[in-house]
Amino acid sequence: MKPVVAIHKFTSCDGCQLAFLNLGETLLELSELIDIVHFAEAGPVDPTAHADIAFIEGSVSTPDELARIQQIRAQTRFLVSVGACATSGGLQALRNGANMEEWIGAVYASPHYIETLDIATPIAEHVKVDLELWGCPVTSRQILAAVRDLLFGVTPAPAQDGVCMECKRQGQICVLVTKGAPCMGPVTRTGCGALCPSFGRDCYACFGPAQTTNCAALARRFEGLGLMPEAIARRFLFINSAAPAFAEAAQAAGGLTKARTPK
Amino acid sequence: MALADTRFLPRERFQTLLDALIERGFRCVGPQVRDGAVVYDTVTRSSELPVGKHDMQGPGTYRLEDAGHERMFAWANGAQAIKPHLFPAREPLWSAERGGAGSIEFTPHSAAPEAVAFIGVRACDLAAMQIQDHVFLHGPYPDPGYAARSEALFFVAVNCSHPAATCFCAATGDGPAATHGYDLVLSELDNGFVLSAGTEAGNAVMAQLELDATTPAQTQAVVAQGEASISAQTRSLPSRDLRDALFNNLEHPRWDAVAERCLACGNCTMVCPTCFCHAETEEPTLDGHATTHLREWDSCFTTGHSYIHGLQVRADIRTRYRQWLTHKLGSWHDQFGRSGCVGCGRCISWCPVGIDITEEVAAITGD
Ligand code: SF4
Ligand code: SF4
Ligand code: SF4
Repeated sequence: MKPVVAIHKFTSCDGCQLAFLNLGETLLELSELIDIVHFAEAGPVDPTAHADIAFIEGSVSTPDELARIQQIRAQTRFLVSVGACATSGGLQALRNGANMEEWIGAVYASPHYIETLDIATPIAEHVKVDLELWGCPVTSRQILAAVRDLLFGVTPAPAQDGVCMECKRQGQICVLVTKGAPCMGPVTRTGCGALCPSFGRDCYACFGPAQTTNCAALARRFEGLGLMPEAIARRFLFINSAAPAFAEAAQAAGGLTKARTPK
Repeated sequence: MALADTRFLPRERFQTLLDALIERGFRCVGPQVRDGAVVYDTVTRSSELPVGKHDMQGPGTYRLEDAGHERMFAWANGAQAIKPHLFPAREPLWSAERGGAGSIEFTPHSAAPEAVAFIGVRACDLAAMQIQDHVFLHGPYPDPGYAARSEALFFVAVNCSHPAATCFCAATGDGPAATHGYDLVLSELDNGFVLSAGTEAGNAVMAQLELDATTPAQTQAVVAQGEASISAQTRSLPSRDLRDALFNNLEHPRWDAVAERCLACGNCTMVCPTCFCHAETEEPTLDGHATTHLREWDSCFTTGHSYIHGLQVRADIRTRYRQWLTHKLGSWHDQFGRSGCVGCGRCISWCPVGIDITEEVAAITGD
């Protein structure tokens, strides 16, 4: 019997689900190896189906999602959170320190339709997560590698190195050293293939913190480059504000003291 | 013409050297400017070289400027030179495929030798290549890919005339003048190059070029330029074996201080021309029927480097930095009979936070 796979969406932009859709013909090959029972963006809808592997995109931001994540955990063997929203709150977690009522009032014409929790949180704050795939968005390569490993019956090895390693392997020119750009590569997990430095711009940490980081040292370097405390905090908070290493660095940098410290 | 006899190649005839090498079947790989730095890539025209460029390097900083002259080699090394060619950053070693009845078939990926002429390599990189040769060729299990790529190389070395502020090859004894390992060596003067051959192959190329006799003034200028390149170097490393000095100071507080600053990003090891650590990974096809076994650059600063089943041997940045320094300048002597540092200064310039190996060594060994 083929393993049963479900792909669930929480609060997110749908970009990570594109990592599946962008597979093209490979998606057909994949569907011969697994049974996709729930993937609303692509067709099959069966949100309460039992699954061997469930991929979760998005953060928990609404009362409905609070209940839904418990339900999915109960019906799933191996639960994978995919992308920045699911692993560290994502962009929407930037609202966590703000006055929600004020913001909703400012953004929506009919604020009374909006039902939301005070803060947006990663999946792992609610249920046990078996594997985290970082990235904003995740890549098809990450998805395929994870599925392949699970089919072999082994636990997928998480990416650990920092972006600099990949940047140098590719022979890119360091933008921090040659331009003084505040590159987040030294503290950011590999996975993107050093995409930003390969286009001459500084990494903005969409793959979250690397396994070993020294964010304080990088923050000091940014200070030396002339960044103000608030600008340094923003570098760390931008996409993965609920990742502890980044949240602490932002807080230490000062400037943005309202960011919520994760559990 | 005897080996080491010098001749003069006027600047406007530099193209004839590239043409002669290309005619002999070499792909010329030389310096050029990309994204604000000097990189090595295929060159066919002398106009592609970093004409009139000069570099400003310091801890954690590198900038190229227009120097307002016609020189092609008036800069010190960029981040990479020979290493990525002989020891590629990522290389498939073999693939395996499932056969019938539970069998597996292995196919080695053999690199085809390619005739490559390196233009403008420096003494430090030739010295570093000798160390890498030791690692990849002279052990009990020579690396077939590295061996194939080493087979058909031609080196046109350039004696450094403009060392960067980060260079200290004079202290390690590996530069700034190239003394061996080249086929041809050039000293660049304002209007051309004084050149001589180090091998018969180099001599044969020289014989094919239209060259002038070297004047005494040119010879003198080359000597003066060489001396100036030594005295211009401000950094240094003790030339003695630092093994004991480092291993006797494993608990020195300076290791904590450097760990406060170090990002464990691995840039220093990636750009170091002698670092050879690598990791091996598997890339299976989706159907699980076949796999490609890849080797890629690793670093003693990564989490994976010191992971053995169930145990992270060097869990903190302090022990990783200490590993890098004590190996490079200490136990390297036991392994390879010399220090692992050729004084190229790359790890200083390309460290995002500007950690300076010479400063750390001085603080730890008390030199
Ligand atoms: S550009 Fe960024 S990722 Fe690349 S080496 Fe420099 S700091 Fe690291
Ligand atoms: S340790 Fe630093 S200076 Fe020495 S060879 Fe390596 S990169 Fe060059
Ligand atoms: S010494 Fe510099 S380049 Fe090396 S790992 Fe530390 S921060 Fe990175």
